[in-house]
Amino acid sequence: METPLTKNIDPVRGPLDVSGYEKAGGYRALRKALRMPPRDVQKMVTDSNLRGRGGAGFPTGLKWSFVPMGKAARRPKYLLINADEMEPGTFKDRFLLEGDPHSLVESAIISSYAIEADVAYVFVRRSYSAAARLLEQAISEAYGKSYLGKNVLGSDYSLDMYVHVSAGRYMCGEENGLINALEGRRPMPRIKPPFPQTCGLWGQPTVVNNVETIANVAHIVMNGPEWFKSLSVSGEGGTKLYGVSGRVKKPGLWELPLGTSLGEIIDNYAGGMAEGYAFRAAQPGGASTDFVLEKDLGAKMDFTSLQKVGSRLGTGTVVVLDDRSCPVGMVRNLEKFFARESCGWCTPCREGLNWVAEILEAIEAGRGEPGDIGILEEQTRLLGPGRTFCALAPGAMEPLQSALTCFREDFEAHIDGHGCPWRR
Amino acid sequence: MLDERERRDIEKEIGKYAMKQAAAPEALKIVQKYRGWVTDEALGDVARFLDMTEGELDSVATSYNLIFRKPVGRHIVLMCDSVSCWLMGHEQIYEHVRERLGIAFGQTTPDGRFTLLPIACAGACDKAPVMMIDETFYVQLDPSKIDGILEKYE
Ligand SMILES: Cc1cc2nc3c(=O)[nH]c(=O)nc-3n(C[C@H](O)[C@H](O)[C@H](O)COP(=O)(O)O)c2cc1C
Ligand code: SF4
Ligand code: FES
Repeated sequence: METPLTKNIDPVRGPLDVSGYEKAGGYRALRKALRMPPRDVQKMVTDSNLRGRGGAGFPTGLKWSFVPMGKAARRPKYLLINADEMEPGTFKDRFLLEGDPHSLVESAIISSYAIEADVAYVFVRRSYSAAARLLEQAISEAYGKSYLGKNVLGSDYSLDMYVHVSAGRYMCGEENGLINALEGRRPMPRIKPPFPQTCGLWGQPTVVNNVETIANVAHIVMNGPEWFKSLSVSGEGGTKLYGVSGRVKKPGLWELPLGTSLGEIIDNYAGGMAEGYAFRAAQPGGASTDFVLEKDLGAKMDFTSLQKVGSRLGTGTVVVLDDRSCPVGMVRNLEKFFARESCGWCTPCREGLNWVAEILEAIEAGRGEPGDIGILEEQTRLLGPGRTFCALAPGAMEPLQSALTCFREDFEAHIDGHGCPWRR
Repeated sequence: MLDERERRDIEKEIGKYAMKQAAAPEALKIVQKYRGWVTDEALGDVARFLDMTEGELDSVATSYNLIFRKPVGRHIVLMCDSVSCWLMGHEQIYEHVRERLGIAFGQTTPDGRFTLLPIACAGACDKAPVMMIDETFYVQLDPSKIDGILEKYE
């Protein structure tokens, strides 16, 4: 089983420096890419079927294809690498950033070249200060070797790369929130269109991609799109960093073929449920994905298969709910997070999420009323897709709407019994 | 007044961007690093340095969880209260810390030693429950580990 993204990672040894990374075959893909026209690099990524690993799964090649190219394009153009990773339950980008910073830097240079970007920023959340330091180090080594800066490796192509360390806010991870944050504004989204590819950072053509998405690019260029497609179980292309947290025997993170089943990941890699705990449900891809139940553990963890069972791949990091934790309490925890991180621009999100969180709090505390489930259901519609400026609110509704179906009797037991059965 | 060091650090950050204002979050963190928190006076100085109004800069400052516009303790305890940590016993950890330090989220101990704040998923969910003190991560916490950790901080 090939593991291109993590092959150099050894948490005990620490990350490779530039010469170690070169010895492991690093920066060869960059040399290869520089001999190709940028559009051909784009085409390889399109042909590989690579889809975004940041949550939404947008096809990467297609995203890049909207960037104006050639002499007529407005300059500068920007590539922004999203390392904000604040989605609860998600800890995958950190592993790449801390484990193999040069691999991200190389892939970022190639991706920048593919869209003819002049500057790339890696947007890192405040709490990942170790990752930020390692990246700064890798970038400075890359400048020293002429992988960055004016005339990369003697070519006509020039690129600057910087690390931006944020100050903590979930909305900075949202595509346009990230652009506003980089400009030194409040991290709030922007109305689309225009899309960032034509009008992004400081009004210039801009692409925002997730760390894991970008990290695939050097391997695609080196080994070709067909190789990349063959890595996955389901033809969607590539490997995926899958994580599991919650009451399993061995919580952790593994690079596996995209399309490995949810059950296999939990049983074979996470070691199954911890002693004394039984499986109740799981969120397959972080806090803003719908719960799936035991009957769907056979579902492949890829974009289309999870949709068929009413959920999403999201970030691919699984959160497992066990039988000794209260499902209503878990949903209350999730909604409190979303309410706290809402930027407040859209009324349904600003008011609705707080209301949802308060109702859930009341139900947990034994103050729930018979009409509450109906109100929560109504909110899942009012905050659903298409009613807000960004995906935070619809994302927040995914665990709620599925919980209201999956754990209906638990909600009712709280309301009828005036309290949480798990706290007695 | 921004001192020499602060100005130099902020200038360096400005160099990364096409517009000065982009350095705002880092500039606030720089001031905070040297002074602990961002006073109204410091906010005004940074705003002038970046050609922003105070209102603009304060709107940026207050949108971030880790820019402090009020005095904080010598050490910041950031406790993850997101979902994986919750499942793995965050509430017991929080109860224990609250009892030990006599403060709830958002508060500072009377001796100015600790400020206790919640943090959104710290990205270590496989090692939940977790907390950070200043820059250091503490993972796989249980109440019995807490006292020993807190003792390390003056
Ligand atoms: C509230 C919110 C937070 C987000 N946070 C992140 C994040 O931390 N990292 C990330 O890569 N994408 C995040 N996204 C998704 C981004 O908007 C965007 O889709 C992604 O960075 C695009 O990269 P990709 O196409 O490579 O996946 C977030 C979206 C929303 C609505
Ligand atoms: S959905 Fe919520 S977080 Fe997103 S823009 Fe609207 S108010 Fe802000
Ligand atoms: S939920 Fe606590 S570290 Fe992720």
